[in-house]
Amino acid sequence: MSYSANEPSSRTKWGAGTVVILYAIVTLMPLLWIVATGFKTSEDAIAYPPKVFFEPTAEGYVNLFTTRTRVNNEDLANLEPAKTWYEQLVRDRGQVIAGPSRYSERFLNSIIIGFGSTALCMLLGTAAAYAFSRFRVPLKDDLLFFILSTRMMPPIAVAIPIFLMFKNLGLSDTHLGMILLYTAVNLSLSVWLLKGFIDEIPVEYEEAALIDGYTRFQAFYKVVLPQAATGIASTAIFCLIFAWNEYAFAVLLTSGTAQTAPPFIPTIIGVGGKDWPAVAAGATLFLMPVMVFTIVLRKHLLRGITFGAVRK
Amino acid sequence: MAQIRIEQVKKEFGDFTAVQSSTFTIEDGEFFMLLGPSGCGKTTTLRMMAGLELPTSGQIYIDNMEVGQKPASQRDIAFVFQMFALYPHLNVGKNIAYPLKSQGVSRSEVKRRVNEVARILDIEDLLNTPVGGLSGGDRQRVALGRAIVREPKAFFMDEPLGALDAEFRERMADELRALHDRINATTVYVTHDQLEAMQMGDKIVVMNHGVVEQFGVPQDIYDWPATMFVGSFLGSPPMNFLQCNSTVKSGTSSIQLGDVSIGIPTQIDSLSGELALGVRPEHVRLDDNAPLRGVVTAIEYFGTTQIVTVKTEFGEVKARVASNIDVVANTNTGLELNAQTLSIFDSNTGSVLRSTANERVLAHG
Repeated sequence: MSYSANEPSSRTKWGAGTVVILYAIVTLMPLLWIVATGFKTSEDAIAYPPKVFFEPTAEGYVNLFTTRTRVNNEDLANLEPAKTWYEQLVRDRGQVIAGPSRYSERFLNSIIIGFGSTALCMLLGTAAAYAFSRFRVPLKDDLLFFILSTRMMPPIAVAIPIFLMFKNLGLSDTHLGMILLYTAVNLSLSVWLLKGFIDEIPVEYEEAALIDGYTRFQAFYKVVLPQAATGIASTAIFCLIFAWNEYAFAVLLTSGTAQTAPPFIPTIIGVGGKDWPAVAAGATLFLMPVMVFTIVLRKHLLRGITFGAVRK
Repeated sequence: MAQIRIEQVKKEFGDFTAVQSSTFTIEDGEFFMLLGPSGCGKTTTLRMMAGLELPTSGQIYIDNMEVGQKPASQRDIAFVFQMFALYPHLNVGKNIAYPLKSQGVSRSEVKRRVNEVARILDIEDLLNTPVGGLSGGDRQRVALGRAIVREPKAFFMDEPLGALDAEFRERMADELRALHDRINATTVYVTHDQLEAMQMGDKIVVMNHGVVEQFGVPQDIYDWPATMFVGSFLGSPPMNFLQCNSTVKSGTSSIQLGDVSIGIPTQIDSLSGELALGVRPEHVRLDDNAPLRGVVTAIEYFGTTQIVTVKTEFGEVKARVASNIDVVANTNTGLELNAQTLSIFDSNTGSVLRSTANERVLAHG
């Protein structure tokens, strides 16, 4: 067997493959552990040595979505028979359901704020990137540097001024406030990434559209946007991941109405002992939207990462 | 179809003047070449005609309508870009149909015209394929299709053959010219290739440093360059210039090169000082008895002809002579110049002096 000069030997390929698989196992292990823990009982979750094989139960998920009170055995026996399977599950543990938990509410907040800020960020970012890429903007380089400079320190460094500002503007604990905050933090990333993508699109396409009788906006909308889709998709994923996972500002600025899931999940621990399965269930569900979003856009993401690496 | 008039058009980018006060007219149905080296302002001129750049000052008339400050979409023209600019997210048929869609042409009419254009360009079987995998020639045809489908007033082409390989260029050049002859639309074509310009153009404008150097039919420009730049830019090898400090007077028909007197067309302008005698390589003959002497320094063989480089005291002269003439390197030889083809230039300004021979050409250039 012979190999061309730039084709790695099969031994190299095997070696590389092994490294990749090992790395995947290492990174996926905590994830698998969380998913598994979500289906364990509280006892199994803290068993030592850890249980790899266990009997799955929906207890964690039931606990995640409910608040419960402990009752003594006589009262439990006097109750009417449980109407649903999850009510039965709770009673088997000597508890009754007192009401729904606030998890779904927090989850919805995360969706509104995460996707809202991502959408706003894409809208503003694409418009700004297009302008920077195509037009003669006065002080362009300085403006771009200024935009980039907002990321030169961790955003949380300005937590106190932002806290005071939000308080005075009445933005504390509002969806709008959090959307604006995450948009502001993500905007520099999206402007710079999108500018790179739009720079790669030859200006001739728009000029062709202008000549073909379209207005500047139509040319942007019908010719530039479809070609920038890759870049917009991958930038959107980055923005969503940040807004979705953000914890520090969420703790600081939200408590009631606009609290997102990240600050809520740890509070589950405090309700009725160390309920690790419920925490794990909450974390598992919390991972889903970003995962789905990323899988839906994965083709774009892969192309997005390599986009512009090679001059065609 | 339309006449295009450029009047004193000027374009500045900040401190840089890309085009300085150009004036020329492109007649209805002409295949018109904008020729010049890169950075000479030819593309900027074309883009101003198309409305992709707005002139700093001056007027542009298309079909007797002043359009200088109007956006491209209102000029009813078509543009073929060097890299074709086919919309990558649309297939061939949709690319060609795109200009019609902006005009709100009915679906059946769009279909009919796209099919007709595809038939003219012989790309009917490609209509449903994506543009990504097309060969250079097919891309070129699709770009042309998108241009002609709308039946615009004029076609503007920015080095449309530049992206093709040499072999294919010839064929596309022929196709382009044939297409033009069939639909007879005013076409403005930018190129830096002087051969392409002479081969395809009805008329040529030669530009340099943002200035129109000369304007006319290819043969006039080739035979009677208005400036030394035009003489050296057109032709391969370019025009030879013999530098001398001499005098020409109105009515004279010879020039003194040192001790040698050379016959020239009867002069109209008079000038004394640094002059350059311009002669095309094909108008130089090797003649051992001629008084203008030089030493053969190089011989390049080109099949039926050969280019002989002769070093004289007035500068190097390249002569294009038949291959069957024996030439020996490093020997002394005489040069006979064809008197009726010579031009005298003012070395300082580069412009030609008028003679009875080039007067006609310069009058409208």
